[in-house]
Amino acid sequence: MASIRRIFIANRGEIAVRIIRTARALGIETVLGVSAADADSLGAKLATRAVVLGPAPSKDSYLRVGTVIEAAKGTGCDAVHPGYGFLSENRELAQACADEGLIFIGPSPDNLTAVGDKLTARSHAVAAQVPVVPGGTVETLDDATALAEEVGFPLLIKAVSGGGGKGMKRVDDAKSLPAQLDMAMAEAEAAFGDPRVYLERFVTVGRHVEVQILSDGDTVLHAGERDCSVQRRYQKVVEEAPAPNLPDALRQGLLDAAVRYATHIGYRSLGTVEFLVDVERSEFYFLEMNARVQVEHPVTEAITGLDLIALQIAIAEGNPLPMTQDDIHLSGHAVECRLNAEDIARDFMPSPGRVTQAWFPALPGLRVDTHMQPGAMIPPYYDSMVAKLITWGPSRDEAIARMLTALDVCVLEGITTNAPLHRAILSDPAFCKGGVDTTYLGGLLPKLGENA
Amino acid sequence: MADLTRADIDEILKLVDSSDFDELKLEMGDLKLELRRRGAAPVAPPASARAPAAKAPEAVAAPVVASGGGSEIPAPLLGTFWHAPRPGADPFVKPGDVVQADTVIGIIEVMKLMNSVEAGIAGTVIEITAPNGELVEHGQCLIRIQPA
Repeated sequence: MASIRRIFIANRGEIAVRIIRTARALGIETVLGVSAADADSLGAKLATRAVVLGPAPSKDSYLRVGTVIEAAKGTGCDAVHPGYGFLSENRELAQACADEGLIFIGPSPDNLTAVGDKLTARSHAVAAQVPVVPGGTVETLDDATALAEEVGFPLLIKAVSGGGGKGMKRVDDAKSLPAQLDMAMAEAEAAFGDPRVYLERFVTVGRHVEVQILSDGDTVLHAGERDCSVQRRYQKVVEEAPAPNLPDALRQGLLDAAVRYATHIGYRSLGTVEFLVDVERSEFYFLEMNARVQVEHPVTEAITGLDLIALQIAIAEGNPLPMTQDDIHLSGHAVECRLNAEDIARDFMPSPGRVTQAWFPALPGLRVDTHMQPGAMIPPYYDSMVAKLITWGPSRDEAIARMLTALDVCVLEGITTNAPLHRAILSDPAFCKGGVDTTYLGGLLPKLGENA
Repeated sequence: MADLTRADIDEILKLVDSSDFDELKLEMGDLKLELRRRGAAPVAPPASARAPAAKAPEAVAAPVVASGGGSEIPAPLLGTFWHAPRPGADPFVKPGDVVQADTVIGIIEVMKLMNSVEAGIAGTVIEITAPNGELVEHGQCLIRIQPA
């Protein structure tokens, strides 16, 4: 068991500040590795020390494994926290930390391999008896007809060697299967020189629900689920916990499956197992496991009272989890809005620039994770998220009401943000009813245009 | 603005000697005065947030280096800065050396990869600013050169 004294943070923005918050609470020093563009950021000022890794582009700074290791060693750190994105699920960094005697605050290199690519992750799911999207490879029409009976309609035909939508066909019923299959196989042959195709169930109404996992390597616990169905182009916009209007049997099935998956791969750290919930069939399928802290972890913290970063650090130090499943109580409801520097009136164009005013007062039930302050510069090189507003309430309605208040009260000026989009979502009857699917936001956007 | 007299400098030296500071930089109009306690490591440029705790004062007179500033040669990448090609060898450059733009002034090691650093400008080396064998940040001043 090793006690961490100084953490090298290989990240930026709000998550760097979030990690510093917990490190300060634990009496751990921090060194933040920044790019030249972030040298004056809030994280750089709050960390015990900041070092410039390289110039602004991520590939020359935040994504350089060797530079991160060199900087961590050169500044006397004993651990590396990778945050999310960037190098957070990079096996090379985890391995380099192990080789250099640094504690990687995350899972082992083997864990990262197990969840790293979709096929390996899927085969682990099958082995752990965690449901995956039904489907399989077919070579003849007879194969296809037999499999289609199992999978059901609608289904997707994908080229085995494919990608980019080439050779992909949606089939709505058995009678159009032969013609579509012929076409898909011909296209696959022409495009990839390989006529083999893959049949997969097409989920028309799906929700994105994920389970927070905590594991010390011996004990695997879950901290409830989060619903992240409000997405635009696969980017999460609003998240909440617990998932609203999810039947109890389905919820329990998800939680158990996530624990089973993490146990099966011998996972050790903080992680999240993502599922697609098939609303029409009341089933769920494994999507992937994220071997890191998630952007939306605060909604789980809000309903559990846990400090997930502190637990992640404790696990990395080799400590056993200080609780059992029965000690994790869920209370109330939490919602998170990702505030991005983007202009929804101009097709979500990023709007970097200098913040003139930033004011997030301590409203009841409000938590703000941000690196914004008056004068902060939002550089054009990285993602556009500038703050996360998280509200908690005894009920979902109250959490939503508090978020609407927060959106009215908080001030972030000098840049354009997507706050109007959040107001529209949180005032929309369909969202307020609870349980929207992943196509919801795409359908809401055109209506916003009409109202504007 | 009156020029500094020798007496003024002596007075400043006494002040520095009786303080915890290792280094003093004074700018008055065109005049720049830099004082550094002997043996003191030069302080990294502003990018590194916190300076290390000041070392205990030593009873030696600080050298007076009056300079016109010169050009700071920044580290092109983060890593360990080496003054010489291998331990015990002569340094690539020392104060007073005349360098060309392509003269190698040191090595920055990143994960056992040696990256040679060139002066970038022609001139005379004034000072080796970054200590040997220590971490330098991207953009940190390595040496200062009086352009030719």
